[in-house]
Amino acid sequence: MNAIKSLEDLKKIREQALEKRKATAVSGSTQVIVGMGTCGIAAGARETMKAVLDFIENNNIENVVVTQTGCIGICEQEPILQIVVGESEKTTYGKASPTVVEKIMQSHVVNGKVYGENEIQI
Amino acid sequence: MAYFRSHILVCNDPECVEKGSMDLMALLKKEISAQGLENEIQVFETPRIGFCEQGPEIIVYPEGYHYINLQKDDIPFLVEEQFIKGRPVEKWFAPKKPEGAQELREPTTKEVRVVLRNCGKINPINIEDYIAEDGYAALAHVLSDQSPEDVIQIVKDSGLRGRGGAGFPTGLKWEFTRKSAGDQKYVVCNADEGDPGAFMNRAVLEGDPHSVVEGMIIAAYAIGANQGYIYCRAEYPIAVQTAKIAITQAKNYGLLGDDIFGTGFSFELEVRQGAGAFVCGEETALIASIEGKRGEPRPRPPFPAVSGLFDKPTNINNVESYANIPQIILRGPEWYASMGTEKSKGTKTFALAGDVNKTGLIEVPFGITIREIVYDIGSGIKNNRQFKAIQTGGPMGGCLPIEYIDLPVDYEELTKAGSIMGSGGMVVMDDETCMVDIARFFLEFIQDESCGKCVPCRVGTKRMLEILNRICEGNGRDGDIELLENLSAEIIEDSLCGLGKGAPNPVVSTLRFFREEYEAHIYNKECPAKVCRALINYDIDPENCVGCTLCAVNCPVDAIAGERKNTHVIDPDICIRCGICKQVCNYDAVRVT
Repeated sequence: MNAIKSLEDLKKIREQALEKRKATAVSGSTQVIVGMGTCGIAAGARETMKAVLDFIENNNIENVVVTQTGCIGICEQEPILQIVVGESEKTTYGKASPTVVEKIMQSHVVNGKVYGENEIQI
Repeated sequence: MAYFRSHILVCNDPECVEKGSMDLMALLKKEISAQGLENEIQVFETPRIGFCEQGPEIIVYPEGYHYINLQKDDIPFLVEEQFIKGRPVEKWFAPKKPEGAQELREPTTKEVRVVLRNCGKINPINIEDYIAEDGYAALAHVLSDQSPEDVIQIVKDSGLRGRGGAGFPTGLKWEFTRKSAGDQKYVVCNADEGDPGAFMNRAVLEGDPHSVVEGMIIAAYAIGANQGYIYCRAEYPIAVQTAKIAITQAKNYGLLGDDIFGTGFSFELEVRQGAGAFVCGEETALIASIEGKRGEPRPRPPFPAVSGLFDKPTNINNVESYANIPQIILRGPEWYASMGTEKSKGTKTFALAGDVNKTGLIEVPFGITIREIVYDIGSGIKNNRQFKAIQTGGPMGGCLPIEYIDLPVDYEELTKAGSIMGSGGMVVMDDETCMVDIARFFLEFIQDESCGKCVPCRVGTKRMLEILNRICEGNGRDGDIELLENLSAEIIEDSLCGLGKGAPNPVVSTLRFFREEYEAHIYNKECPAKVCRALINYDIDPENCVGCTLCAVNCPVDAIAGERKNTHVIDPDICIRCGICKQVCNYDAVRVT
């Protein structure tokens, strides 16, 4: 990693990061994001994460990026799962227990349909 | 499944609930069953129909008749006309909406996210994700174009005040530290968040650690420090980990270390873990803890700005204060100062907890009222109960009653009302909360966390807790209230640090606003909220009891006797007042007296 020595260096890294985000979106790949703050983990986010990874492995799904994020502040809905397909808007799901994760992944990632039951507006 | 010919939807928006929509719903159900229509017409709640300002409102399907401003007395007439005679009561209809108008009014959000803007949005362990959101741009700008004095002036102009609770102007603190004599200076981030129920700082460190790191580097440049510490409790392992990852990543990019941005400015940052003592959130105790000494406060002055860590000038700010800095630099002090009230600028994060429907982390501009926080953001009180009080500022804060619900939240107003801003805990309490019990809970916490260095705090809080315990146990004596008041005044006057000076606050504020509850406990041996176990009794209402045996089966001490299909009886001598019978009863037959 090269050290950032000027504003131009920083801008370049910023451009690259934005470029990378855009490339992910344009390629149509799916991002699955799990809220992994202490609060999320206490509410079962580790199991949620495991369920996501298991689903991807068991169903041989490709082109999915799984990442984590912090707490967005909606405690009563933890654990939180967010899905972005390609360039579409981010969809946020609440109370994503492992059984629900399976339904969300099947509906949203496999069939391309938002799973309405656990969708939350933020 | 039963077939209903008609459905009535009753609006349960907080605004409608306040106007009595839930009472209306109960009346509707009663009237419908009185008319023998309960198998034909279904009544249920719905969120926000759209005319709440003229509520309570209902909507009748399948026709879609929309009634507003209904009064209790209207119900029998409405049921008779609409459902028996089949004639809608047009005089109570809502006005027709203009063509093309939106079906629903969008709920307006009152939150403004500055500190929390990246939390839950970016990947906290990926520095590029932060840079993509303009991360470290403020630092680049500061180092290349601004003198330390310029930075201090910007922070002063923004009106930012310490978010740890005391609200000291941040820019002024930086200036003091800059002007203190000494070649070695330090910046410290206070991430020792100890208030029960508060988790704002944790969320920032876990969700957006680079914003804190960037804020600290800017502060170091402004005051002339080359070494910094993030002091975080070991009880926050994930926050410690994300902060460490952030520091390593920043180092790899040359954003920490020697010759940052090629300007010759150098700064190193480390995480120091504390063992979780509450008093270590107090700045002088925190400094002692970083130095490896026992976490005890010392008298001020000298303030840390003059003689702090290792006796060198030290700037200590809270996580949230630092996280605000990059945004203030990037968007300008005028932008920041445009939010908030005259003396409290910008936004504040709060951990909203207790008896509200939507608990969680919020960020709002100063000046928002408690009502807006509780009803608009928190979606009102759980189970449609009544608001009784709100506790702000953590264990050393105070409880404010319903008279203060329209109080604008800022440093001055809260202090004037007898509470404090604190670091941002907010606990909402409903009418089933006993204020003496709450005061006892917080005092128990403080007593436990008192470091023991000074007598007023160590012994005084212990005596106060003993008095509160005996009041809650029904052994309160005449004169106890006065004794509590005297002790409180002494402890506030004579304690060494903020913990002791704030310790009696829960008692002082509840005595100020809920004195009659203390008197009821002491003189009538009665707990008005029916919470204190020694002062309540459970019994079964023969009118409602159907003899289902559920309570008897669940009673842990076999205090309930009764045959199936006959009224059950609780033996008060065996009963331990655990309340399980009341929880399990489906017929609302268990009473608390």
